[in-house]
Amino acid sequence: MSSAVPQTKNDVQRERMDVDIACVGFGPAMGGFLTTLSRKLVNEDGTPAFESSCVPGMPLQVICYERAEGLGFGVSGAVTRGRGIRGSFPGLDVKQIPMAAQVAREKLVYLLDPIGASPRSFSLRTIDRLIRLARPVIRARNHAIELPYIPRFMNKHDGFVLSLGQFNQWVAEQLTSSGLVQIWPGSPVSEPLIENHSVKGVRLGDQGTDLQGDPEAGFMAGMDIHAALTVIGDGPVGAVGRRIDEAFGFPNGNRHREWALGMKMVVELPPKTELEAGTVIHTIGFPEPEIFGFFYVHPEGLASLGVFIPSWIKTPVRTAYRYLQHFAMHPYLWRYLQGGTLKSWGAKSLQESGRHGEPFLTGDGYARIGEGSGSTNVLAGSGVDEAWTTGVQLAEAVIELLRNKMPFTRDNLQKTYARRRRSSWVDEEAEVAADSRNGFQRGFLRGMLGMALAGYSKGTMVFPRNAEDSNAGFSLEKAYERKIPAAELAMLKEKASTRGLPLHDLVMNRCGWPEIPYDGKLLVSQQDALLMGGGVQAPAGYANHVVFLRPEVCAKCEPKLCVEMCSGQAITRGETGVPVFDREKCVFCGACLWNCTAKIDGGLGNIDFRAGAGGLHSAMN
Amino acid sequence: MSLGYHIVVCAGIVPDPLQTLEPVETATGPGLKNEMMLPAVLDPWAAHALYEAANLAAKCAGSKVWLVSLAPKAKLQQVMMTVAQKASFDLVALDASGGGFTDAHAVAEVLANAIQKINGLDRQRLLLFGGWESASRGAGITLQLIGERLGITDQFQGVDQLTVQADDSFEILERIEGGRHQVSACNGAPAMLGWATGNLPEPRNSPQIGMANMRTVMPALQKAEQAKLTADSLRYHNVRPPQQQRQTRVVKDVPPKEIAKEIVEWLGVEARG
Repeated sequence: MSSAVPQTKNDVQRERMDVDIACVGFGPAMGGFLTTLSRKLVNEDGTPAFESSCVPGMPLQVICYERAEGLGFGVSGAVTRGRGIRGSFPGLDVKQIPMAAQVAREKLVYLLDPIGASPRSFSLRTIDRLIRLARPVIRARNHAIELPYIPRFMNKHDGFVLSLGQFNQWVAEQLTSSGLVQIWPGSPVSEPLIENHSVKGVRLGDQGTDLQGDPEAGFMAGMDIHAALTVIGDGPVGAVGRRIDEAFGFPNGNRHREWALGMKMVVELPPKTELEAGTVIHTIGFPEPEIFGFFYVHPEGLASLGVFIPSWIKTPVRTAYRYLQHFAMHPYLWRYLQGGTLKSWGAKSLQESGRHGEPFLTGDGYARIGEGSGSTNVLAGSGVDEAWTTGVQLAEAVIELLRNKMPFTRDNLQKTYARRRRSSWVDEEAEVAADSRNGFQRGFLRGMLGMALAGYSKGTMVFPRNAEDSNAGFSLEKAYERKIPAAELAMLKEKASTRGLPLHDLVMNRCGWPEIPYDGKLLVSQQDALLMGGGVQAPAGYANHVVFLRPEVCAKCEPKLCVEMCSGQAITRGETGVPVFDREKCVFCGACLWNCTAKIDGGLGNIDFRAGAGGLHSAMN
Repeated sequence: MSLGYHIVVCAGIVPDPLQTLEPVETATGPGLKNEMMLPAVLDPWAAHALYEAANLAAKCAGSKVWLVSLAPKAKLQQVMMTVAQKASFDLVALDASGGGFTDAHAVAEVLANAIQKINGLDRQRLLLFGGWESASRGAGITLQLIGERLGITDQFQGVDQLTVQADDSFEILERIEGGRHQVSACNGAPAMLGWATGNLPEPRNSPQIGMANMRTVMPALQKAEQAKLTADSLRYHNVRPPQQQRQTRVVKDVPPKEIAKEIVEWLGVEARG
């Protein structure tokens, strides 16, 4: 058998399959697309509304490929107004969706620092002191103050709390049972097929390879799926979307300038919890002022809580997991969580550039939907419903083109899909949000001021006008010059390097953050969270999806943000200085991609985040 | 050479083994907390049986594979999206509780009845495949009971290998103690084989196989009937998951030898306990 194994993947003959519409990634955007499209694929008399052009006599062939091994392994801290979702399901009773609940009460809470380790500006420390002094009058309890008002552009009072995993499963169940579209999990898509500036379909990932991607026994070359239309909804770090970005660039100087890592846990609350399902708490102020947090209560005594670590934090030892634990232990939240049990855990990257990160939405043979198309609204703190709606808009456009027997050219997709999107609430609100968070590059208070200005002026007033690149100007020494003497910092770096550890724990300990008192139920080590939170699986026969392109660049890189920021501790410091990747711990958050501070050819980072199989196995996130 | 085999694989679904399970008492008896929220997979033991069935069918022209599964329809549908990419089969779906706290006799009766109703099934060419064990709450007797109801007397358990001989008889390797195999011979079909792990790797996901299977999988799910499982004679006194302990301790500056010694001591205490 081994003699039949091709020596390299370039030697292989690839099989070809033709479909009408090939879709990449199953998340809320693709859910919206397929739900809307599938309802129009059958006439009232049950006959197919459109004939396949690739399989004459058959109905339209619509296939969606999803990398994860299940359709409910998505991660999101989701409370949504659900305008687009409700539009697709008129009269929706959210109780039909497991773990969903109508918003019952909503609070915006400013969390004070009960520890004294949170990096806060002089101005903010002054405000904190004033709040503490006025505590009896302004009802600041549990080291927090519940703000009396939630700006209208942020509130979700008419929305609902979701588990994205359960929502995706719920949608997928209806779609697959219709038999009108097919959704295949466990099918990573490695790249788009591009010919003459036109997308002709996608190539599925090779199976039966070693970690470098070279063929081994049982090799099966990824099939080429040719399609008249390729719908790309593989999220912010998806391999296909990023290859399209590389091939076609961005319009009008747009770029991915802001990111965040969202990390969450799902907790079974103590048995006698007083919290009502649908309780929504948004937080600011802790563990760092710029870190936004959330706490949502689901039915059946479950709650989701999480933090967003934004790329504008100028701390070169960013860490999400330990911050998440400190967040959970904040007295304001801990009173609800103490005695609870960790049920699930997950992380994902968020593309937070909004309109500034929008790629070309359409091209010959392809269209972009969802978060990877810049739909997330950072002012509203909302992405799921926006993503869903872009999918709906594309489906309506596709139906229009099919009915008029018009090809999926860039012009036609612009006139139908992009036009719908531009005239919708998604785009109108994206315009308002476009520069709303510029101020966070210059501190928390300026950031909040900028958000308020943009929100209340509907985007006509922004402060400041321009934003810097998030990863620019990182310096460990500068970040800690007031807290850790340079010589001691050098010792910590040496210690981390020698022991192959991330630096963030050492630095956080030195800055006064207490160690987490593990209780084995809710407060557990990061590796235990991987196991208890659903487990990570890395099926054999696939190549590593995280690749250090030029190891010599990595060897000299300090601080290694890829190691510091890795959600699953899958990237560690290697003996030679080149990071080592362990795919059995990777949750596919993609943080390594945008945290790479090295710049190589063409200004790209030195880490490639490719199509891969496996990842976190939890449908509760 | 035979005309090929009619291979019926009985395979349930179980919560993804990576999940933490928690038994609870429900209105209808014991169950698992949030079971419908947990991701599910084809029972790994039965999955091996399916892969072996597909392999045998590919080698013996004229063979056909049916996958008979008793599970909650919605969950089964999710699992099929992955399984259907790995092997060609026709699905026979029976909608029933996936709790696993069912009476093996009742399950065997329902499955045997469903197999008897399969159109075109040649009982003389029938090979009944399934898992020797189950990853979740398996009684360990269901497959034998189905075999008995179908009148199959040649039954083998813990099978790792089936070789069809030139005269259409079978040589079967069954696991026995000490990591050894017992070699058995039988005349051929009909026979029942409860598979251990076999020797085949998990098949790669094939888009073409998936698309071909979907033509029968979705209709089978849509017409899946609610299975009536009687359990009048079954009572559970106590339900708990297998013992597992997680003892995480962070230690610093301890030599590997010391750590190894401590783990060995811990294992000894556990083994004695």
